[in-house]
Amino acid sequence: MARASPQTLRTPSVIPGFGITLGFTLFYLSLIVLIPLAALVIRTGELGFAGFWKIAGDPRTLAALEISFGLSILAAAINAVFGLLIAWVLVRYDFPGKRLVDAFIDLPFALPTAVAGISLTAIYAPKGWIGQFLAPLGIKIAYTPAGILIALVFIGLPFVVRTVQPVLEDLDREVEEAAATLGAERWQTVFRVLMPAVLPALMTGFALALARAVGEYGSVVFIAGNIPYVSEIAPLLIIIRLNEYDYAGATTIATIMLAISFVLLLAINLLQTWHRKRLGNV
Amino acid sequence: MVRSRYRRFVIAAFVAGLAIPAIAQAADTTLLNVSYDPTREFYKAYDEVFAAYWKAKTGDTVTIQQSHGGSGAQARAVIDGLAADVVTLALEADIDAIAKKSGKIPADWKKRLPDDSAPYTSTIVFLVRAGNPKGIKDWDDLARPGIQVITPNPKTSGGARWNYLAAWAYANSKDGNDEQKTRDFVAAIYRNVPVLDTGARGSTTTFAQRGIGDVLISWENEAYLALKELGADQFEIVVPSVSIKAVPPVAVVDANVDQKGTRAVAEEYLRYLYSDEAQKLIAKNFYRPVNPKAADPADLKKFADVKLVTVDDPQFGGWAKVQAAHFADGGIFDQIYKPTN
Repeated sequence: MARASPQTLRTPSVIPGFGITLGFTLFYLSLIVLIPLAALVIRTGELGFAGFWKIAGDPRTLAALEISFGLSILAAAINAVFGLLIAWVLVRYDFPGKRLVDAFIDLPFALPTAVAGISLTAIYAPKGWIGQFLAPLGIKIAYTPAGILIALVFIGLPFVVRTVQPVLEDLDREVEEAAATLGAERWQTVFRVLMPAVLPALMTGFALALARAVGEYGSVVFIAGNIPYVSEIAPLLIIIRLNEYDYAGATTIATIMLAISFVLLLAINLLQTWHRKRLGNV
Repeated sequence: MVRSRYRRFVIAAFVAGLAIPAIAQAADTTLLNVSYDPTREFYKAYDEVFAAYWKAKTGDTVTIQQSHGGSGAQARAVIDGLAADVVTLALEADIDAIAKKSGKIPADWKKRLPDDSAPYTSTIVFLVRAGNPKGIKDWDDLARPGIQVITPNPKTSGGARWNYLAAWAYANSKDGNDEQKTRDFVAAIYRNVPVLDTGARGSTTTFAQRGIGDVLISWENEAYLALKELGADQFEIVVPSVSIKAVPPVAVVDANVDQKGTRAVAEEYLRYLYSDEAQKLIAKNFYRPVNPKAADPADLKKFADVKLVTVDDPQFGGWAKVQAAHFADGGIFDQIYKPTN
């Protein structure tokens, strides 16, 4: 086995042009992604280690990061559950207006985020359509962290539906029938046959929704209330630092967000790989 | 066939090449005025007036493009390269920042036009709901428990800094310069704020459209505009006993106008703000004109006689000091929100 591997490396690939395409991929990634991110890290580096930790350990920064990531994870989890449900309904059932419902899913993609924020605020404010019924019950949504959560759920939904949908479409009905004939209970079919097949796509959807929610600014600032330590998200804190002409402070928070996001996304990727290996299909 | 088409293309391209400089010569100048949020309506009207004046004076056509946003964000855009010919911002500190951080404006910009380069001023007043159900008369009422106050975040909004300073000036005069008491008073007001919007317009919307809060701390001009646009039967203006003289200054961005060759028209654009015609328009748009004689007396009647403190008053000591002490990272405003408070 060990002796065979150098040989396989030398064997020309079936598809030509590996070198040139890889080269281009690396060049393109550097240009579009790595160089801007490197600039960010370099700018943060101006602060030095002590300056970095002063900002990173600042209670207000920590509070904002906690709000941003906590609510983003929660929103992505909610989207994973209900996005899966919606995708299932859209794939498995026929009903009048299905095409229309299908098209609605993409609206949060297309809507400018500020518009989303303003509409959501108008609906959930104490005098809004929904807010007016909640206000007498003592439930406040707009201008609280709950409002942030709703905005993040709104913008993240299409990511889950659109990643899970094609996988569900590819799943053969016969697989379920086979499971049934082999004596599986309904719940066994769902959790031991369907879920393992859908899980990688669901995790991708979760990761995408999470990434989007963490970076979201436009819709959230309208509905959040923006009170420090309560409903101030990290991207808003970055804008505040910029308005103080504190570029290094802004990039420090951005770098921390980037690092946390990277770790989270990497963890999700590793989970997916592990899951695929366990299932045995690469 | 192919060759003749090619030749025709070459000729067309050549003719077009000749035509472009000709058009450029006859074409009008374009000015970019980078301004803050609530000046939209005023500059929309003024740009028309100025274009007509410039046409009559020189025969040239000038088109003015407007950019509006939070004052600090606008200043940052100019520092980072937005090609503004003139800036008309909410506070001195923002133009100072452009001068200091980019060098595109000389440090003594304030001395280049009359009245510290501020052709109009304003002040801070309260907007309350019709009938004033909570009986709000002065700043003390804003610090009362159970009152909801709407004001934007001073970190992101220039107008909000004036709001904050107005409250400070009142507390300071009441407490006889006792800084701790003044701090506590201002902190009590901010504890009554349920929503810190990022800009003045956002706060007006939160208060007027969303129905949040009992009182909106607002620019005087913005409060009158809200009455005009949203219905005078829904809101009332309450003038506090002490307020701040809000001075939104203007400046030519030297580096940009020299590069674009628009200095003459840009300078005239700002100078003409002091003309009788412009001053009248300023009062009509609810700003206080520096030359009230030019304004319509009916417009002037709206401006209440209120004791106005300036930022150069010893308790503040000018914008540079105020900015550092109150609004810098970890400054007095940040301390209000420290969880230990």
